[in-house]
Amino acid sequence: MIERISGSRKSWCLLMKVLCYLSLVVVTSLTFFMLLYVLFRGLPNITLDLLLTKPSTLRNTIGILPDILNTIYIVIATLIIVLPLGVGAAIYLNEYATNKKLVAMIEFAAETLSGIPSIIYGLVGMLVFCQFCSLGTCLLAGSLTLVIMNLPTIMRTTQESLKTVPESYREGAFALGAGKWRVIRTVVLPTCINGIITGCILSIGRILSESAALLFTAGFAHNINGFIQGMESAGATLTVALYMYASERGEFDIAFAIAAILMILTVIINFLTTYMGRIMNRRNGQ
Amino acid sequence: MNIKEFLATRGYKDNPGRLMEDVIHLIFLLLGLVAVGSVLVISIYLVISGLPAIFKIGPVEFLFGTRWASTAANPEFGILPFILTSIYGTAGAIIIGVPVGFFAAVYLAKMAPRKVKDVMELCIGVLAGIPSVVYGLVGMTILVPGIRILFGVPDGATLFAAIIVLAVMILPSVINVSLTALEAVPHEYEEASLALGATDIETYFKVSVPAAKSGIFTAIVLGIGRAIGEAMAIMMVAGNVANMPSLFKSVRFLTTAVASEMSYSSGLQREALFSIALVLFLFIMIINAILNMLKKGGSSK
Repeated sequence: MIERISGSRKSWCLLMKVLCYLSLVVVTSLTFFMLLYVLFRGLPNITLDLLLTKPSTLRNTIGILPDILNTIYIVIATLIIVLPLGVGAAIYLNEYATNKKLVAMIEFAAETLSGIPSIIYGLVGMLVFCQFCSLGTCLLAGSLTLVIMNLPTIMRTTQESLKTVPESYREGAFALGAGKWRVIRTVVLPTCINGIITGCILSIGRILSESAALLFTAGFAHNINGFIQGMESAGATLTVALYMYASERGEFDIAFAIAAILMILTVIINFLTTYMGRIMNRRNGQ
Repeated sequence: MNIKEFLATRGYKDNPGRLMEDVIHLIFLLLGLVAVGSVLVISIYLVISGLPAIFKIGPVEFLFGTRWASTAANPEFGILPFILTSIYGTAGAIIIGVPVGFFAAVYLAKMAPRKVKDVMELCIGVLAGIPSVVYGLVGMTILVPGIRILFGVPDGATLFAAIIVLAVMILPSVINVSLTALEAVPHEYEEASLALGATDIETYFKVSVPAAKSGIFTAIVLGIGRAIGEAMAIMMVAGNVANMPSLFKSVRFLTTAVASEMSYSSGLQREALFSIALVLFLFIMIINAILNMLKKGGSSK
């Protein structure tokens, strides 16, 4: 059969095939180049001193402990606030809502939110949280901004896993006389915990890599604080610190060290989400 | 009607559990409305803080003025350079990024062995997860000096560098969305085409791709949205000078114009920055509307 197709068809097929393989090579090599280059330039600069001290102008040293702590604080605070909001919204959409127009409106809003660029979140976060709510530039304002950014992510993943909870579970619980809230709390939520965890991991990834939204809301100080005090004061996360060190101060070694840390975290998060996805698929396949 | 009567008529009195159920229903409704409220607050704040400066400067001078000199003694606020840069930069990123993403997606959806696909999906996930500042950093240390040496321009921080960084950054979303669309094409289509004597490659490109058309368009529009909204990475590689766009000149995008001056701005300059954000927001809203139309069109078929 193949021999009978004309030469131009054959060459067209060959060209398309070559283009496909070429694109594949481009994507793979880009990924590995980014990974290896950043690790190669960054890993040698990661020292215990860098990880465990704060920057000192007196000794002219740079440490990123405050930035690490700030990142952890922001991740914790954002998740604590966004989880109830996002999971609650998803539960409303999937379990309670009967009005189709309202559902469409909420889903449209969530989609709009996920399309808004982070720089606009940064600006509005600054106007609303820092100025209108007079929080000032602080980690709390940054977290609240990130809460709105991550709301659609949590909503979507929770909703997806809520949809996979079999209707018979709910019916069984209702038949035993449980109220709606009790069914949700004891039957529906525990079954879709995987989806919520996936949402959390995705959100952590987004928070770690976010910089534009935090620049104007969380500021760029490098002080070591406890959690509560940290939330009230300005602070740079790892990404913001990377930007400051690379762009404003030309400290490329430090910037690459931070980049290497972020890169490792990105890979870990990616493995975790794939793993969670596999678990969920296996369960749905049952 | 007093509270007691109200409780009695809704049957709460005999059944306190029902009152709790309704309160919980209300709480979940409120949680659901948070997203709607956020969109409203964002839109309203941007319009309120963005419109005044446009009228103070004059809509025509603002949108079509070619000179931006916000800190000069006689300040000028023309954002045409930013608008054009954003459009050119996005177009460039699409021209470079979409073909690569498209062919990679076709390969992954139709031809890739299981193992290759698994590895590639990890790669794409990593590529999507890399923080934009890391792209900016790598761009700063490799692309910018590279362009300076290769093309013999005095400064490598140019529109060209930004286009390449953007092209890489939109790759994951272009690949993922087109991949999903291509995988959803019914097998019968492909089998029919093969049975009619088309080769497998012909089938993929002349049957599967047209069938997944709306999904692939969605991927492109999504890429446009990501490219036009990106700030930090291109701030580090585009040089940040308010020139009219040209491939080998330092340029400033809508996003970077806001980000670079915000921290020290005041007065009319600050208001003008909010106006830029409003213009950017309008672009994003148009893109969102197109996305929605594509999704509706895709599902009604």
